[in-house]
Amino acid sequence: MGSQLRIYKRRIKSVSATKKITRAMEMIAASRIIKAQRRVAAATPYADEITNAVTAVAYGSEVKHPLTTKIERPRRAAVLLITSDRGLAGGYSSNAIKAGEHLTGELVASGMQVDTYIVGRKGVAYYGFRERPITHSWTGFTDNPTYADAKDVAAPLIEAIRKDTDEGGIDELHIAYTEFVSMISQTPVERQLLPMEIVDSAEESAEVFKRDGAPRPLYDFEPSPEQVLDALLPGYVESRIYTALLQAAASKHAATRRAMKSATDNAEELIKSFTRLANAARQAEITQEITEIVGGASALADATAGSER
Amino acid sequence: MAELHVELVAADRQVWSGEASLVVARTTSGDIGIMPGHQPLLAVLQPGPVTIRTAGETGQGTVVAAVHGGFVSYTDGKLSLLAEIAELSEEIDVERAERALERARSEADTPAERRADVRLRAVAASR
Repeated sequence: MGSQLRIYKRRIKSVSATKKITRAMEMIAASRIIKAQRRVAAATPYADEITNAVTAVAYGSEVKHPLTTKIERPRRAAVLLITSDRGLAGGYSSNAIKAGEHLTGELVASGMQVDTYIVGRKGVAYYGFRERPITHSWTGFTDNPTYADAKDVAAPLIEAIRKDTDEGGIDELHIAYTEFVSMISQTPVERQLLPMEIVDSAEESAEVFKRDGAPRPLYDFEPSPEQVLDALLPGYVESRIYTALLQAAASKHAATRRAMKSATDNAEELIKSFTRLANAARQAEITQEITEIVGGASALADATAGSER
Repeated sequence: MAELHVELVAADRQVWSGEASLVVARTTSGDIGIMPGHQPLLAVLQPGPVTIRTAGETGQGTVVAAVHGGFVSYTDGKLSLLAEIAELSEEIDVERAERALERARSEADTPAERRADVRLRAVAASR
């Protein structure tokens, strides 16, 4: 076997080994998307109900509370950026980081100080490499977040929201994560969590208004609107963060699946072109051998013909 | 009779939903019983058992759930019980809860003790 042919054979072997790995990762990611989607669906009723409850208190009472009151001149905001722990997901993490950067840029442009909170090793690495301060970071659960993880993430944020701005508290809480739209489409989004966006809730309440054909019910708050809001605040923040974490996890798996699918396709493409090259090399070798034999034979024939004369 | 549609949801799943004639829960200001036609209410729950008297399609019976904090909200015949953690009494592993209670007592782990206690009370209430 010629040296050229051997090199091609070796590369084909290594590429098909890689292809097996990427194919396996693609299938693992595909099964994880389904699981993650199911968890998103399971968490939806709670998130909906708690949002309803918050809207009800916000409209049913005139309580001043960080959950619902827009501060006139916000000075400090927190940005929670959700990325993944592992790569191999195409542009997933860098897109999420880009959304976070955009959000931070806008908040800074509006004259606010921004505290950065990061979930996922990729985002931590990005900020660490640029030597930018991170207020708090969490890693290790992005593939499969539980409600306890969401609680962990929410705790320092809730504490910061409750504190005065002068003592290092925050006026606004924003979140940047990747929304799972479908298997093939995931979009990075920037949302304001606190104070609640009144525009959104006004639209929601308008819908409720239309559906029921009656004004919003007058709630009885037990023990009092303030206390109900106080108790609702952590639940609301946790549930929103939990949903964001689940969406991000589903998006990450979908991005991994897509990246691994194109890696498998590329490997196939490579194997094909290497096979062609190997065939050409083999054919060239054979042709060369024939030429050598024919050349040798005719040289021999010429030599014997010469001696006969 | 007016119906009461109950949804019991935990943070990561829907635990129970169906029709009921009476729901008894413990709020921070005391026990409260809600029947169809109650005035709109939003209250903070204490950890404890919630008793649901089922009616309608789900048939007559009693469902007891252990609810670890959360809220109850009622409007227009729809009652939602929201809790971070909620379990139906038949889902609770009594032996495990008893073991957890003992362990929590010996380690003076108050939150764990309360959780185990709520579970056991829910099981006791369903009998």
